[in-house]
Order: sequence, then C-alpha cells, then structure tokens
Amino acid sequence: MPLLEVNNLEVCFGLRSGAVKALRNVSFTLERGERLGIVGESGAGKSVLGFSIINLLSRPGRISSGNVHFEGYDLAHLAPEELRSIRGNRISMIFQDPMMTLNPVLTIGTQMVECLLAHRKISVVDAKRIALKKLQQVQIPSPEKRLDQYPHELSGGMRQRIVIAIGLLLDPDIIIADEPTTALDVTIQAEIMDLMLNLCEQNNVALILITHDLGVVSQVTQRMLVMYAGRIIEQGPTKEVINDAQHPYTQGLMNALPQMAIPGQKLNQIKGTMPPLQRIPKGCSFNPRCEYVMDICEQKLPSFTESGNCQVACHMVAESKQDELLGNEV
Amino acid sequence: MIAFFVKRFFQAVVVMFVISLISFSIQDNLGDPLRELVGQAVSEEERQALREEMGLNDPFLVQYVRFAKKAVQGDLGNSYFFKKPAFEVIMKKLPATLELVFGATIIIVLFSVPIGVYSAINPQSWFSKTVMGLSIVGISIPVFLTAIGLIYLFAIELGWLPSYGRGDTTNVMGFWETGLLSADGLKHLILPSFTLASIMLPLFIRLIRAEMMEVLQSEYVKFAWAKGISPRRIYFLHALKNTMLPVITVGGVQIGTMVAYTILTETVFQWPGMGFLFLEAVNRVDTPLIVAYLIVVGAIFVVTNTLVDLIYGLVNPTVNLAGKK
Repeated sequence: MPLLEVNNLEVCFGLRSGAVKALRNVSFTLERGERLGIVGESGAGKSVLGFSIINLLSRPGRISSGNVHFEGYDLAHLAPEELRSIRGNRISMIFQDPMMTLNPVLTIGTQMVECLLAHRKISVVDAKRIALKKLQQVQIPSPEKRLDQYPHELSGGMRQRIVIAIGLLLDPDIIIADEPTTALDVTIQAEIMDLMLNLCEQNNVALILITHDLGVVSQVTQRMLVMYAGRIIEQGPTKEVINDAQHPYTQGLMNALPQMAIPGQKLNQIKGTMPPLQRIPKGCSFNPRCEYVMDICEQKLPSFTESGNCQVACHMVAESKQDELLGNEV
Repeated sequence: MIAFFVKRFFQAVVVMFVISLISFSIQDNLGDPLRELVGQAVSEEERQALREEMGLNDPFLVQYVRFAKKAVQGDLGNSYFFKKPAFEVIMKKLPATLELVFGATIIIVLFSVPIGVYSAINPQSWFSKTVMGLSIVGISIPVFLTAIGLIYLFAIELGWLPSYGRGDTTNVMGFWETGLLSADGLKHLILPSFTLASIMLPLFIRLIRAEMMEVLQSEYVKFAWAKGISPRRIYFLHALKNTMLPVITVGGVQIGTMVAYTILTETVFQWPGMGFLFLEAVNRVDTPLIVAYLIVVGAIFVVTNTLVDLIYGLVNPTVNLAGKK
C-alpha cells in the first residue's frame, strides 16, 4: 500500500465571477521514502496541489472532491484537530521564500520549540535539545547561537536551512517542498538541494518537490508528474520522462532547455501561454499550443495511455500505441 | 539607551520651543487681557500705564525673549485670573485630565483588541459586519453628542451614573488628587471615559482588523498552520504580535490627540481638568495660562511618544533602541 494516495482530487476557488477549478482529476501515489517531482509552468496548479495535500488552501480555495489517503486517514475530509496533528508532524512543508516564511518577531528557538511542543509531550529543555540537533543536521554554522536569534539576523540561505530543520523536527514521513530554492542565490541553491537530498535519503523521508527547474528534478527525484492547466498530463519515472518525453507539452519543456539549443540559435519555446483557468479550451487543454493538434484534441479530453512505465494523457500517443497494437496483430 | 533618552530630551526641548513660539505669537489675536484683568471703572490712562508696566507694549521678540528666559527656569508666568503661577495652576488640573485619558485608553484597549481580532478572524460573521457598520456611525458622531446621549440614558433615564464632576478624590503623595481609589470617583469616571473613547475606539477596531487580516494572509502565518500548532497560538502570538506593531505607533499619536479631545469631554461633563481650564483661559484671555497649557500638552505628546517607542522596541526585535549588538 502506498504511503500517500491522491484520488481524483479537485480544487475549486470560489471567486465573485464564479467558481474556478484550479485542480481537476488529479491522482497519484507516493511510496515511503520516494522522491517525487511536480513540474509545470507558473499557474499549472503545482503549489495548489502541494497545499491541498495537507488541506491548507488559502480562502477562497477548497477541495471540492476527491480524497487524499494517508495512513488510513482521508486528509481531504479530516476534522481540523486531527489534521493539525498530522501537519508538521507526519507531513511537513517547506515554503518558497525563506525571507517570508519565518515570523519576524519570534526567535528561531521559539518557532522551533513550539512545533515540537504542539505534537509531543516533552519539556522545553528536551525540545531545545532536539531543535539544536536538527540545526546541526542542516549544517548551519554555530547552531547553538541561532536559537536566540531573530530571522532578520540571518541570511536567506541560513533561513532556508532553518525552515528545513523545522520541517525535519518531528521526523515526518513526507516533506512537501514548494520551490525551496527559487528565492535563493544560485550558489546557495545547489547546496540546499544537496542538503535536502541527503537528509531525505538518510531519514527515509518521502519528498514531494514542486519546482519548474527540470535540472533539479532530474538530479533529485525518482518519479515525476508534469502538470498543465490543473491536470496531470504525464507521469512516470523521472529518467524516462526526461529522456523520452511523450506528451508534446513535456517535449516542448525539454526542448526549451538552453542545453537543447544549438549555440548561436534562438532558444526553442512553446508557442503561446497557458490559458487562464476560467477559459480552459474544450478537449485537451493544451490543444491551442500543440504542434500536432488533431480534430479529436479539440473535442475530447484524452485519458491516460500507458507508454513504457509512463502514463500520458495525449490522443496522439494513444493513437500511435493503438497502431502498434494493430500492426502487431496484422 | 542613554543616547536614546538624551536624543529624546533634546527633541522635547525643540518641540516645546516651537510650541511656545506659536502659542506666544497668537496671543495678540485673542483679545485684550486687561478687559478681564481690571474692572470697567479703570480709566484708559491707567490701562496704558498697566500695559506698559506688564510689558505688553514691548515688541514681540522682546516679550518672547523675556518669557523664554523665565521659562527655562521653570517659570511660565503668572495666570492673570488666578494670580498664581500658570504652571502650578495647570499641574493642579493635570491629574484629572490624565486619569480621564487613562480611563479612555483602558476602554479602547479592552474593547478594540478582542473585537478587532475576532472580526479579522471571522470577517463574514454577522458580528463583524455589525461592528463594521457601527464603527462608521461611531466615527461620524461628534463627541458632545455622544456625551449628551450617554448622560440622557445612564444619568437621567436610568439614574445609574452621575452626569458631572469627578466625585470623591483622594490625595496621594501630596500633589496628585486621584479619583481612581474611591467607588464614587470611579463611577464618575465611567461616562466621560466612554465619551472620550468613542472617537478612537471605532478607529482602533478598524485598524486592528485591517492589520490582522493582512497578517493572517502572510506566508509566516501559513507556515505556522503547516507546522500544526494550535489556532490560539497562531492568532494570539504569531499574528497579533505582528498586528500590534503599526497599532502601537498609531496608538501613541492618538493618545496624545486624546489629551486635546478632553477639552470637549471635560466641558460637557464639567470635569475639572486641564481642557476645561484651557477653555476658561481662552475666554478670559489669560495668555500665560494658554501658553503654559500648550507647552504642557506638547510635553505630554513627547513623553507618550517616547514611551511608545520604548514599547515598540520591546515588541519589534528589528528595532534596536539600546544600541546593543
């Protein structure tokens, strides 16, 4: 049985102009200790998916249907108190911008200790000891000094280390990292990513890494989901998806990487932009931008087709698979 | 820390210098002090002689320098009406006014924080919507109308509370007449305090609500939820502490402003404080008393703002008043 199982998750934002669906029919699983990447353009629903796993959507967002199964609980329909006992404890989250994540008027120590005390019946002294141990694990210089400091006294990289330490405080089963390195200096990015990878491996923590950095995904994760306009359009082992992308959108993302362009030539890019959630086209939501668009793409939503170890939601892939089957039979 | 206080002290001196200059320069436009000072029977020659003697005919700067020289020694001149040092007269009335401001501040803090926080957490509830509506009404009703309404309801119709005066007062430490130590004094304080608070209370409720709603949207509050800590701790520690930063700043200025608003409240309730005294002084063209009042109020402003800065420094770790590293 997988550690986490998301079934047909649908997230709705009730706006004045009407409800907008930010996630549609999202299903995936996560095994214990597995590292899963979620990629896609801005606005594809990556962060919404991350937050909806622990049911922490900001108003007016809410889970309108589907389930999130974790250790026998359905997180999508759990009472607030029970949900609270899982958040930060079994599943913790690392946010994008470390400059905004820590409370400016509370010391690092306070922000770490409160998290431990909320989930475990231990003394403040013990909590401080655990906090110090975690600060050592994230390799922060002179950790004992940090507990009494305020966030403004630390650099961005150090703050993100502290956020990671807070994420690891209670030895969670899953860490959801929402673009944990985007707001950091390029030189720090690699360090932080290495640190997270090592910590997850050592502690057998499953990682859900939300990012638009395909390089990071290929280095860190074992499996990946590609999202477009609130849906998963391709998922599978990271190596296969990266090396042999099936969906035209994923192919477009790969071709857009600077490494893929011939020096001196313009970078390849996918034409157009992602449609706003209020105006998602009929059929396959990628059809207006797709180079291989067919009639059926504008009519019918593609279902998942198995291709190797991957699942792809594309009519073209489905047809070529069918041809293969027929060809074999003839 | 010492550097901070020294700086503040010099700021206070500058503020009081400017205030005294302004108040001194308007005195010629208030009317003739001699009209109140001497009777009808005094002839014009005698009046002129008296003016000459008091130095009222001297050029403005000569008069001001003479005043300033004495002022730095603590002598703000004698009140024409009371025939006593103006500073002494004011200080005798100061406790009544400060206790009124204190009462109003307590009411504002006691009501605005819980109401503001509640309506920020539950912005859609009927309670929040009612409070928001009422606060607009509260801001727009003038103080004297609130006062009259309260007197009508609680003093005349219900007969629960007295409508004027301070009631029994007790002398503490020889110079401070307080009404806070007797039941009668406290009863007298209730209506004037609510009246004085009525202007600021809606403002603070709205301010706290708006700030709190913004803080609740912040990333660090969202992160606090993701940590699984209790809602009470998130609202009253994580969010409220950040909410209070701008509120403290505005609050400091508003407490000073409230000292000025006491003029209206004290007049309606016949409250024997500085504001009431000031109004009488204006009517009597008692220039030294007017100048002394304005300087004392200026000093109160500086002192409250210094206190507010100290409190702000305690709440906000990024502010470093003490200059420590």
